Amino acid sequence: MSTTAPGSATGTAIGAPLDRIDGPQKVTGTAPYAYEHHVDNPLYLYPLHSDIARGRVARIDAGEAEALPGVIAVISHHNAPTLADTRDRELAILQSDEISFRGQYIGAVVAETFEVARHAANLVSISYDEDRHDATFTPDRDDLYTPEQLNAGFPTDTEEGDVDGAFSSAAVTMDETYTTPVEHNNPMEPHTSVAVWEAGDLTLYESTQGTHSVRRLVAKLFGLDRERVRVVALHVGGGFGSKGLPHANTVLAVMAAQVVEGRPIKFALTRQQMFSCVGYRTPTVQRIRLGADENGRLTATSHDVVEQTAKIKEFAEQTAYATRTMYATETRRTTHRLAALDVSVPSWMRAPGEAPGMYALESAMDEMAIKCNLDPIEFRIRNEPELDAETGLPYSSRNLVACLREGAERFGWEGRDPTPRARQEGRWLVGTGVASGIYPVFRLPGSKVRISYRGDGRYAMEIGAVDIGTGAWTALTQIAADALGVGVESINLSIGDTDLPSASVAGGSSGITVWGSAIFEAARAFRERHGDDPAAGDTAEAGTPDNPDTENYSMHAFAAYFAEARVNEDTGEVRVPRMTGVFAVGNVINPKMARSQFIGGMTMGLSMALHEESLVDPRFGHVVNHDFAEYHIPTNADVGEMDVTWVDEDDPHVNPMGTKGIGEIGICGSPAAIANAVYHATGIRVRDLPITPDKLIH
Amino acid sequence: MGQHNGWLRKGRIVDAEITLRVDGAERRLTVDTRTTLLDALRERLGITSPKKGCDHGQCGACTLLLDGRRVNSCLALAVAYDGSEIITAEGLAENGELHPLQRAFVEHDGYQCGYCTPGQIVSALGMLDEAEAGWPSHVTEDLNVEEIVLDDEEIRERMSGNLCRCAAYANIVPAIREVSDR
Repeated sequence: MSTTAPGSATGTAIGAPLDRIDGPQKVTGTAPYAYEHHVDNPLYLYPLHSDIARGRVARIDAGEAEALPGVIAVISHHNAPTLADTRDRELAILQSDEISFRGQYIGAVVAETFEVARHAANLVSISYDEDRHDATFTPDRDDLYTPEQLNAGFPTDTEEGDVDGAFSSAAVTMDETYTTPVEHNNPMEPHTSVAVWEAGDLTLYESTQGTHSVRRLVAKLFGLDRERVRVVALHVGGGFGSKGLPHANTVLAVMAAQVVEGRPIKFALTRQQMFSCVGYRTPTVQRIRLGADENGRLTATSHDVVEQTAKIKEFAEQTAYATRTMYATETRRTTHRLAALDVSVPSWMRAPGEAPGMYALESAMDEMAIKCNLDPIEFRIRNEPELDAETGLPYSSRNLVACLREGAERFGWEGRDPTPRARQEGRWLVGTGVASGIYPVFRLPGSKVRISYRGDGRYAMEIGAVDIGTGAWTALTQIAADALGVGVESINLSIGDTDLPSASVAGGSSGITVWGSAIFEAARAFRERHGDDPAAGDTAEAGTPDNPDTENYSMHAFAAYFAEARVNEDTGEVRVPRMTGVFAVGNVINPKMARSQFIGGMTMGLSMALHEESLVDPRFGHVVNHDFAEYHIPTNADVGEMDVTWVDEDDPHVNPMGTKGIGEIGICGSPAAIANAVYHATGIRVRDLPITPDKLIH
Repeated sequence: MGQHNGWLRKGRIVDAEITLRVDGAERRLTVDTRTTLLDALRERLGITSPKKGCDHGQCGACTLLLDGRRVNSCLALAVAYDGSEIITAEGLAENGELHPLQRAFVEHDGYQCGYCTPGQIVSALGMLDEAEAGWPSHVTEDLNVEEIVLDDEEIRERMSGNLCRCAAYANIVPAIREVSDR
């Protein structure tokens, strides 16, 4: 055993670029995802979706489907189990004939095989009493409303000083509106469930970001004791937020399992079904007004957001959150207004709030720098704040300026001619752009870790946390090794199961902060109780401790992004041959996996800038381009050189590891770097994502 | 149709008996003739290395080597491939030893969630053979060139049938390059 002091991050495992410990399983395809857990004699579920956006199911004729050999049950509101709790109208499916959005689950076919279930679903004849629906999102609707608060509990509006007065007397002003479309998370693994209901016990193999949160919810909906519900998620094929909050697909699978008690139900959404009811990023319309004095210092900042929610359940994205803390400004206002429509419920998608908000703010900062005749990096540095204006607190660490300077050096920013359309290579116009990034350090409640000594030199480390591709399997092993002062080979990590101590959802880039802090606390408790020479079976358990510094400091990660854009003068095609990202994220647990998170986030930023858009047809209320042929995400050929690094940042306030979350910051600001580069290349400012060729050909 | 050459019709369902050779092992099974090769492997044989990402031929997660060539197994009906030789990513590892491409993916962290990864690796193997055979791609300048030089641009183009939502592309390219350069 090594002699590292327990309870301090002075070991050698944290910071080592280890390969993923689940790597061999993943490259052979043997890591079991939810749908791949072996169960005996399963049945297959194929869902029935509403073809109208509002009204009632008038009649369901399942006769022909039920007559098909192999069909076990056709479930609808006529025969579905009654839920114990129907307050959440997104989740309380099949409880009445009412239809609130197109694509809503109105039933399911359960059959011996997938082929039969799908065939039978097509034989179910459904007629409707259709009401007029409203699925038209526009910012000038007269029924916009003010939500009580935003996602994650942020206040809806903020106001510091007289913004309108400061704006009207500012030396330089800009006033522009930016829009972002509906986007769908689309993890490669669709949402899947394998549900086994046997003698009142439910086992659910689930593609989720939070085993314990799914258990809580399912137990409540179905009136079960929590102890009778087990949720397992050993490996999850991505989520990006869509698997963060439970959706109705899980409820449908459990209902079917209850109906056919004793036989497992397998339910995997098709790719098209991924566009109907597992959440999406709200569209946004963002008006930004900036005022500055003659030295380029901001005197007025306002960011007014209109976004969408569902009539059945409110989701209010914190789109302007980052604007509240990003720059120093004499006066500031942020507002959020919602249009409630007959649509499915928007939800988390990677950096809900910051991703669309920072596209708008960092585009506006580029426009304002030009108006102030300042280099965009210099303009940002001039408006660097001393304190977090939102809370009045100092930052636990804030190294945005270091990121901008380091990035400028690596990218070769110096000597850039700011004139648009100044550089041309053949038919390609070439430009460069910069943008800042920010993401808050979240702490979620409810995580515990249990450590047991097994007696063979190895420690069992147990927590129900989920690895959705972040690398939690490996990173938590590294943290456990240093927390106990042993090598990584001495740690037996178990995660992804509600039979383990509870864990918060893998969301808000909070996993390492919350679960890692609990590991340190449990290690401290273990060593205090059992010393350095424990006996087999010795155990200790601890939760994430309170961090008093959260009251005294504002905690955020920062980043700087640089992009080169090449725009074809004839076709409007945009290529991004290279991007640089420099991050200030505190300590890094595993540099190899962290780099992957950053390039993944930046590539999703490129995707947001150039590719992604779910087109809603307001006449019917559904997404028209509901597959990968028409909903575009980057392919390998769309991605060029990704240069990623981070600055040294010692932050003793955030947690015992000194880390900040890294899963989401890569998409916060990077889309604006590309939009700004496209402007520099072409002289065309696209304020409406995605930047498709049609917007660049005039 | 009734019973004929191992075909069996019950109600409107037609079953067929087929034999597949999967990762070196002969497997006999009965499939509904509507069953894709992907579902036959995953749901009938319990071989879950190939993944279902879109069931539409648009993402590549289900890529297999079918008689030596890479295919999207979600677009292949199992009944049409009686007697075929199939290789999955699971079968590439022999006696617990990872294939060099698999080792390179681990070392370069050419994945995050891992769901597209078996398809990426099998696709890369098929792609290397295609390049070796002199097949040009969209970015090959000279269609009559004797020897394809697999630079980053060629690899990116030839691997663009395999989507990765975690976006590990910038790591996948050097992983493949490490093997192709040998």
